[in-house]
Amino acid sequence: MALTFPRRAGRRRRRFTRRDAVVLGVLLGIPILLDLAIVWGPTLASIGLSFTAWDGIGDIHWVGLDNYRNLADNYPPFWPAVCHNVMWLLFLGLIATPFGLFLAVLIDRGVRFSRFYQSVIYLPVVLSLAIVGFIAQLILGTDQGVINTVLDNHDDPIDWLGDSHLNLWMIMIAAGWRHVGYVMILYLAGLKSVDPALKEAAAIDGANERQTFFRVVFPTLRPVNVIVGVITVIEALRAFDIVYAVNKGRNGLELLSVLITDNIIGEASRIGFGSAIAVVLLVVSLGFIVTFLVQELRGARER
Amino acid sequence: MAQSSFNPLAQSNDQAGHRMSRRNLLRGAALGAGAVTLPALLSACGSGPGGDKKEVSVGSNASDAVPKEAYAAAFQAYEKKSGKKVKVNTKDHNDFQENINRYLQGTPDDVFMWFAGYRMQYFAEKGLLTEISDVWKTFSGFSDALKAQSTHDGKQYFVPYYYYPWAVFHRKSLFQQKGYQQPTKWDDFIALAKQMQKDGNPVAFCDKDGWPAMGTFDYINLRLNGYDFHKSLMAGEESWTDTKVKNVFDTWRELMPYYQKGALGRTWEEAGQSLQQRKTGMAVFGMPHPGTQFPENERDDIDFFAFPEIDAQWGQDAVEAPIDGFLVAKKAKNLTGAKGLLKWLGKPEAEDTYLTHDPNNVAVNSGADTSHYSALQKKSAQLVSQAKQISQFLDRDTRPDFASTVMIQSIQDFIGNPKDVDGLCKSIERQKKTIFSQPVG
Repeated sequence: MALTFPRRAGRRRRRFTRRDAVVLGVLLGIPILLDLAIVWGPTLASIGLSFTAWDGIGDIHWVGLDNYRNLADNYPPFWPAVCHNVMWLLFLGLIATPFGLFLAVLIDRGVRFSRFYQSVIYLPVVLSLAIVGFIAQLILGTDQGVINTVLDNHDDPIDWLGDSHLNLWMIMIAAGWRHVGYVMILYLAGLKSVDPALKEAAAIDGANERQTFFRVVFPTLRPVNVIVGVITVIEALRAFDIVYAVNKGRNGLELLSVLITDNIIGEASRIGFGSAIAVVLLVVSLGFIVTFLVQELRGARER
Repeated sequence: MAQSSFNPLAQSNDQAGHRMSRRNLLRGAALGAGAVTLPALLSACGSGPGGDKKEVSVGSNASDAVPKEAYAAAFQAYEKKSGKKVKVNTKDHNDFQENINRYLQGTPDDVFMWFAGYRMQYFAEKGLLTEISDVWKTFSGFSDALKAQSTHDGKQYFVPYYYYPWAVFHRKSLFQQKGYQQPTKWDDFIALAKQMQKDGNPVAFCDKDGWPAMGTFDYINLRLNGYDFHKSLMAGEESWTDTKVKNVFDTWRELMPYYQKGALGRTWEEAGQSLQQRKTGMAVFGMPHPGTQFPENERDDIDFFAFPEIDAQWGQDAVEAPIDGFLVAKKAKNLTGAKGLLKWLGKPEAEDTYLTHDPNNVAVNSGADTSHYSALQKKSAQLVSQAKQISQFLDRDTRPDFASTVMIQSIQDFIGNPKDVDGLCKSIERQKKTIFSQPVG
C-alpha cells in the first residue's frame, strides 16, 4: 500500500459528473464510516474508559489517573508484560527475521532440494499461533512432553513451560518457528525479482559475495524490508494466542494483550483498568506507526 | 488479517481491481454492505421468539461428557413428568464463566448453571438475578448451611444441586502395598510426604491452570486460622500482611520439597494421571478430579482422607465442598417455566437421576437416595455431613476480579519462588485494597 504512493504532479485535472460524485461518495463513505465505527469509535471509548472504574454493569465511576497510577506501581504483572513484549520484538527482529533472510538467501542460491526446504520451512505459516502453542505443549510438556520423554528425566523433569525463567524463551522459539517461514517466503519473492545484471555488474567491479549482497542486493530489497519490518512489529505487539493457549499468559508469559483480556473479558470485568492497559499498548503501537509513516512519506518524497 | 494486506501477492489483485468496471464495483459495494448488515439481521432473528411458555431454556456449562449426559438425563425426566420442553444450550465450561457478565446482560437462558456462595451473591448484588424465595418455600431436605450458601441479603437466589468435597486423594492399593497410614495430624502428613518422596512417588502437585493449588492454600488457612478468618480474609476484611496469612505460606513451604517437580507446567489432568499411574502418592484434589482421570474399573481403588489437623483449636472442622446448582437471570423470559423447573430440580429424585449418571459428585438434598452410592460417594457424604463449616473454594468465596487477576498470579509466584513471602503478601494486600475499594454494582 505504501508502495503505490500517488504521484499527483503528472495527473490531469478533470471534472466529475454528478454520478461520479455519488459513486465516489458512496464508495469512500462506506469505508470511512466503517473505519470510524469499528476503529476510531472503540479507540476513543477505550481512552475515555481508561479514566474510569466500571464493572460493565453498574455505574461508571470517574477515577482520573488512578488506573494509570495503579498500573505503574501496584500491578505486578504490568512491567514484566512490557518487558516481555519488548523481548518478543527484539527476538523476532534480531534473531527470527535475520534467520529467515539467511534461509531465503540459501534457498535462492539454489541448494539441492530447495523446493523441499522451501515448503517445509513455510509450512508452519499456515498454522494459527494458537495451534503452534498446542504443538509446543505436546513437545515441551512436563510429564508427557516429547523432549522430557526422550530425556527420560522423570524424577527431575525440566519444566519447559512452567519455569518462568525458561518458558518465554521456549514460546518465542515456537513463535519464531512460524515467523521465520513467513519472512523467508517474503524475501525469497524479493530475491527472485532482483535483476541478475546487478550482481554481474558488482562481480565485474570486483565485489566479493558478501559485498555484493550487503551493498547491492540488500538495498534493492528495500520494499520487502519495509514489509518485513512492519510484519515483525505487528507480530510482536499482537502476540497473544500462543501464550493464551499455553497457560493463559501467566507465570512468566505475561504480555500486554493478555493483561487487557484478563481484565476486560472474564468474570473480573475491570473494564476501566483494562482500558488503561489498552491505551498503553495503543501508545506503543502509535510510536511505531508514526515512525514508519514518517519514514515512508519522507522516502516517497525523495524518490 | 493484517498480514495479508502487506503480502506482495496482494499487489497483483490491486491492479486487477483497477481494470474492473464501475458497474462491477458498485455490485461489489452492494454485496459488501449486505455482508455487513446481514449478521445484524440474523442475530435479530435469534432473539425473536422466546414467548413459548411450553419451553424452558437452560444455559449449561457442563461441557464435559459425563456431566453433560447426566444433565440430559435429568432434564429428560423433567420433560416426561411435566410435559414441558427443556432446551439446553451447552457452552464450554471456562468460556461460560468468562462470559458470564455479558451473558447475563444479553439474552440469557431462563435458568442457568452456576456456583453457590460469594460467586453467586456478587451477581445478586449487581441485580442480575431473579429472587426465588417463593420456590425455596416448597423445598425440604436442605440444611441451613446450604440455605445460607443460596442466600443473599435475606433472599434466596440459588438452587443447590450437588457438591463435591476437596480432600487428599490417593490409591488404596498403593497405601497397602507401601504400608502408608492415612494421617490426621500435619506432622504425620509431612512425614508421610517425606517417605513418599523417598520411595520415588512424591506428592502430586499442579498449578498450570491457576486454580488447583488454591485448594491447598484454603485448607492450610482453614486449619491454621479457622473458618471465620477464611471468610473475612476472602471478603477483604483482613489484611494479607497479617502474620496469620504469612504463617499459611510458611506452613505450606514445609510441604514443597516433597511435591513432584514442575508444578507450574502441569495441568490437573496430568497430575491426576500420575496418581493413576502410581508415579505419585497422593494429591489435594476435588472429588471429580482423580475420578475422571481413572479408568472405570480402577475407580474403586480411589480413596481419600480429610486434610490433616494443624491447630487443635480448629481440628478438621471445616470442609471445602463447592456446590453447583441453578440460578434464574433477571432477564429470563419464561419466569413461570423457570420456577417450575427449579421446583423440580430441588427435589431429591432430580438429584438421584443426575447422580446415577455422574458418580463423581454427591447429592445436597438429605432426602436423596444414597443406596446406590459408591464407597467413595458415601465417604464424601459423611465427610461433609460431619463438617462444622463448609467453605466453597478460594475463587468462589471472594470477588471474581480479585481471584482471577491477583490470587492466581500470586499463588503461582509463590510456587515459583516460595522464599519471598513478605514481598508477596505486601503485593497482594496492595492490590486487594485497590480492587475492594471499587464498588460492586
